[in-house]
Amino acid sequence: MLLEALTLQLGYNATLVTIGATLLGIAAGATGTFLYVGKRALVSDAISHATLPGVGLAFIAMVLLGGDGRFLPGLLLGSAVSAAIGLLCVSWLSTRTRLAEDAAIGAVLSVFFGLGIVLLTVIQTMSSGRQAGLETFLLGSTAGMLWNDAVIIAAGGALVLALVVLLRRPMTLVAFDAEFAASTGVDVRRTDLAMMGLALAITVVGLKIVGLILIVALLIIPAVAARFWSDRMGRVVGIAGAIGGASGWIGAALSATAPDLPTGPIIVIVAASFFAVSLLCAPGRGVLAAVLRHRRFRARVHVRQGLLALAQEQPIYEGLTLRLMRRAGLIRADGVATEAGRAKAARALLDERRWQLLRADPRHEAAAARYDGLTPLETLLTADQIAELDRALKPEVAT
Amino acid sequence: MGLEFVSLSLPPLLIGIFAAIACALPGNFLLLRRQALIGDAISHVVLPGIVLAFLVTGAVSAWPMLLGAGAAALVTVLLIEIIRRVGRIEPGAAMGVVFTAMFAGGVLLLEQSDTSSVHLDVQHALYGNLESLIWLDGLGWASLLDWEALKGIPPELPRMFFTLVFVCGFIFLLWRPLKLSTFDEGFARTLGLPTGLIGLSLVVVAATAAVAAFDAVGSIIVIAMFICPPAAARMMTNRLERQIGWSVGFATLSAVLGYVLAGYGPLWLGGQNAVSAAGMIATVSGVILGVAALAGPCRHRAGAPAG
Repeated sequence: MLLEALTLQLGYNATLVTIGATLLGIAAGATGTFLYVGKRALVSDAISHATLPGVGLAFIAMVLLGGDGRFLPGLLLGSAVSAAIGLLCVSWLSTRTRLAEDAAIGAVLSVFFGLGIVLLTVIQTMSSGRQAGLETFLLGSTAGMLWNDAVIIAAGGALVLALVVLLRRPMTLVAFDAEFAASTGVDVRRTDLAMMGLALAITVVGLKIVGLILIVALLIIPAVAARFWSDRMGRVVGIAGAIGGASGWIGAALSATAPDLPTGPIIVIVAASFFAVSLLCAPGRGVLAAVLRHRRFRARVHVRQGLLALAQEQPIYEGLTLRLMRRAGLIRADGVATEAGRAKAARALLDERRWQLLRADPRHEAAAARYDGLTPLETLLTADQIAELDRALKPEVAT
Repeated sequence: MGLEFVSLSLPPLLIGIFAAIACALPGNFLLLRRQALIGDAISHVVLPGIVLAFLVTGAVSAWPMLLGAGAAALVTVLLIEIIRRVGRIEPGAAMGVVFTAMFAGGVLLLEQSDTSSVHLDVQHALYGNLESLIWLDGLGWASLLDWEALKGIPPELPRMFFTLVFVCGFIFLLWRPLKLSTFDEGFARTLGLPTGLIGLSLVVVAATAAVAAFDAVGSIIVIAMFICPPAAARMMTNRLERQIGWSVGFATLSAVLGYVLAGYGPLWLGGQNAVSAAGMIATVSGVILGVAALAGPCRHRAGAPAG
């Protein structure tokens, strides 16, 4: 069943929803990266909650005009308009008043959402409207989706994705360094507007599948997860798109296999698992990598100190040091140094002496700053320089 | 008016006012510390906490659910902190990851488990049911002095009242350390104040208020009351004491006006049914914030040019 869903063999509508969710996920992941890098991630939360009054007003308007209140393009248009108003409120509050951006986001989010709830209760009591089912916009619902709606979502996802590809260069510049972008002739205001417009478009397209409460997750989670895997913007955007797309695809397929698995939350949970994997396993920035790095560093410090102790014929008591050196074949089980151990110890001691000399010499100030008790001097100086150091060292060694 | 008002409107009105003030008070400090969205995060994760408590105990009863919600709020705050430190992620994004994932988990749990027999759904979690908290034994103003009748009062009312007392007590007792560490954390640390602990306890108090209020009025009021009254109050004054006074006033005004507009507004306009009180209270608080942002005496950033 799941395999069939993943390979798009569960009927026409399920296939369209899966494709739509995948495209939406890719576009959301890529756009979200620009928001995240520009430290604007939570603005999308305000945008998504601000869609609700628009949905309600559009429904009321369409019913009053005698049409079908559930006409999806109309609802999406209404949601886009009210989300844009919400976005303007956030930027007005955070630039023209003393409120910080997070407070502006929270205020707009809660007030617009509250107004939307009021409108929903108005719709519930409207005698002319049939049972509207607008609540499905809160958490998304693909059950009983019309073919036309699925096409709109798939097309919308593709369109947003194309726009991201087109606008990637100016958006990268603005997200990283707005002033530098301005100095190179990029119109910062308009690029910013375009970035927010893309987030808005994704929110509107995603309303039906993911729902307005959770769509923000698709904009944030893939981007944050992707950031663990690379430091290059182009790659992060690509990886975020891949994670978002995979989440949309797997999530939509999973939800098609069972009747009571709502699509939006499943997609978000899949994305969150990608995030958890990235947090733990990513090379470089991941937790596992950090732990391994720490352990390797600790082992190097212990072995180095152990070798120095061996060379100076001091006893070693520390348990970890003994274990590490025994495992490396530097000492025997009874703690006596092996042949290899003695050789390495002598080298370590020589290195340490050279370092001492180097650090006492003001001419080597730059190199001396690199001293951490672990770096072999050969990696920093040329053979000539070391030979010169050794000449100064000789009489000391002889005595 | 008297009889109907006491039994049908007085309890929800009082609960609304208490909830609004209990959220607005810690909201003042969260706003100044730039943690305004903590309230948003907490009110989202209350849902998984409540669902888990329901699955564990198998019944809809108040205390396990409050505990579950409180635990979920604490787990969220800790997770955000861990992800922020371990992953070196900016706090806003870390928050976004945690609360959306936990909310999604809560919805999934709710859909998967058999909760059809009990009143527990996402809509309820979002906008509560303030209107249904009526006091059937309240037969007029005299019942307020009648012990037998008072026993029938909705349990949310005393719970919210004691939460408000607890919040007030916390802020009163820790007034100086709170104020110091909010405005100048470095200076507070040099004085030897445990700023980390103070910050955490503020979040815990906010979570307590959020969880208790959520039970009565739904999460949308909680988010609105954490942010809108303090933000509006911030436009009115530069002094913390006065800001808190203003925010309490705004919170009360939002609760009263919102409740009245939701209950009677549609009747005035010729409609028959009331609209959501929770939504209306949030809307009114937004209108108040809008007016304050347009006309408040201290609406500009210090040093910024007027206009």
